[in-house]
Amino acid sequence: MTRLPTLSWSRAEIAFWLLPIVAFFVFPHYLALGSQVMIAALFALSLDLILGYARIISLGHAAFFGLGAYTAGLLAKHGYGEPLSGLAAAAVVAAAAGWITSFLVVRGQDLTRLMVTLGIGLMLYETANQWSSVTGGVDGLSITEMKKVFGVFGFGLDGRTAYLYSLAVLFVAFNAARLIVRSPFGLSLKGIREGERRMPAIGASVRRKLVAIYTVAAGIAGIAGALLAQTTQFVGIDVFSFERSADLMIMLVLGGTGYLYGGLVGAAVFMILQDYLANLNPVYWQFWLGLLLVLLVLFARGGIIGGFDTLRRRFARG
Amino acid sequence: MNALTSLGGVLFDGLAYGSLLFLIGIGLSVTMGLMNFINLAHGAFAMLGGYAAVVAMSHLGIPFLPSLVIAFVVAGVAGAVLERFLYRRLYRAAHLDQVLFTIGLVFMSIAAATYFFGPAQQPVRLPEFLTGQVHVAGLDLGTYRLFLIAMVIVVTIGLVWLVERTRFGAQVRAAVDNPQASVGLGINVDGVFSITFALGSALAGLGGALGINVLGLDPVFPLKYMVYFLLVVAVGGAGTIRGPMIAALLLGVFDVAGKYYVPQIGAFVIYAAMVAMLLLFPAGLAGRRS
Repeated sequence: MTRLPTLSWSRAEIAFWLLPIVAFFVFPHYLALGSQVMIAALFALSLDLILGYARIISLGHAAFFGLGAYTAGLLAKHGYGEPLSGLAAAAVVAAAAGWITSFLVVRGQDLTRLMVTLGIGLMLYETANQWSSVTGGVDGLSITEMKKVFGVFGFGLDGRTAYLYSLAVLFVAFNAARLIVRSPFGLSLKGIREGERRMPAIGASVRRKLVAIYTVAAGIAGIAGALLAQTTQFVGIDVFSFERSADLMIMLVLGGTGYLYGGLVGAAVFMILQDYLANLNPVYWQFWLGLLLVLLVLFARGGIIGGFDTLRRRFARG
Repeated sequence: MNALTSLGGVLFDGLAYGSLLFLIGIGLSVTMGLMNFINLAHGAFAMLGGYAAVVAMSHLGIPFLPSLVIAFVVAGVAGAVLERFLYRRLYRAAHLDQVLFTIGLVFMSIAAATYFFGPAQQPVRLPEFLTGQVHVAGLDLGTYRLFLIAMVIVVTIGLVWLVERTRFGAQVRAAVDNPQASVGLGINVDGVFSITFALGSALAGLGGALGINVLGLDPVFPLKYMVYFLLVVAVGGAGTIRGPMIAALLLGVFDVAGKYYVPQIGAFVIYAAMVAMLLLFPAGLAGRRS
């Protein structure tokens, strides 16, 4: 019998959230990388909601990330550069797109879902590519008019604002996601994951719940995209790319699906490794990435958090 | 060029393109149909065949036609080895694991191809008798594309014979329709699958080698055409030869026509068609998958 989830914070969780604050003071030269980690973590968090909790395989989650990035980017480019409302607008646009496409996604089985999400992602990529009068096409979109956060903290070259801003947004979104998965709604999502056919028998509408979580996840992915646009002040067409969706999946699986923290840990490990290895040689990086994925699937399905979990249980028992 | 000849040309190019997609995709249809295995790395076998042919021709000085045989064999052997040692472990795994595993293979194949051959497109020198054009019924048809279509027709006839007329083919059909009952009837489904996987990889390799001139050959080949191969299977349905063939030819014609007549929306047409088809025909056009 597992206990019902509560909202209280464990010591390990509090320690986890102190890490990025410590890192802010200890590694002042790596703040740019730090905000990239935070953005990737937020993005991975959104995928965890649909993959880890609802078991929807998506190969096109970058669609929502990209929509958010272009929404925030275009708003700022056309003179409306206030960051927080930019995030909100990105969330709304991405969530709306998520809601519309969710009806296509929840219908099918794994293969259909995978191909529909892939197709939607590729369509948006093509749109961004061809519609260059608005999106800047392959050249991307440079933002020069980013306003200050709360009118006080400007995005400077030292990356301090970007880091703390990303961290704050990540923390707020994480709390929202934590609230969702620990609510009765979150429990019914787990029920769908474990036995989709049986859920209707206890009166749960599988379709409605999947639509809801897909919409929420899309919105969070949109916020992550908007954060990238605002902190780097650039939107490239690669925000929609298949590689971004695939990398995202790797981060999440590396950290462990279905824990919320898995995406965060996976994103941090992935981004730091990438920063180190891809600087050596981008081609080798892709090879090691592929190998890592193969090994993860064959030998370490729980990811990093899953591994810790197994260890903890073993100690608790013995 | 008037509208009718250009339409003829587009149709012809589309058929040549589609027959290549069919040749490469037919193996995937067996993997997905027989083992319910989502294999995103199928294009890697086609790429391997392509590079095998390039090495055979430019480094070993082997003529074009024997190089095709080499491509077929190399990809087939690679398929058999990978199936035996890696794929087999994941037949009963969750679809997510299969997706991650095969994406991993795709990434490794891209990196390996870049390491050995560089990121550029590979050139291919065709023999004299396959270059130039043939004038048929008011159309200038590329000799190579005619050769391509003829090759695919020959291979397809061979496949139909194999699947419809031989004992092995009957076992494949039975296993696709109902693996459990087939095991009960004494069919070695795993063995049947190993052979079909190797054969499917070999055909993909042949397609990759034949397609250097049409599809191109560079390290991102497996990603670039992944959607197309998946489409051939998802739209065509599994377990038949006719289904994927119709799907591949339609896909080829639509893609070439889309890029010729409405280049500004380019690839968009195919992706939109894909999403629509998947929603309208969840079981594929031939509809054999239960």
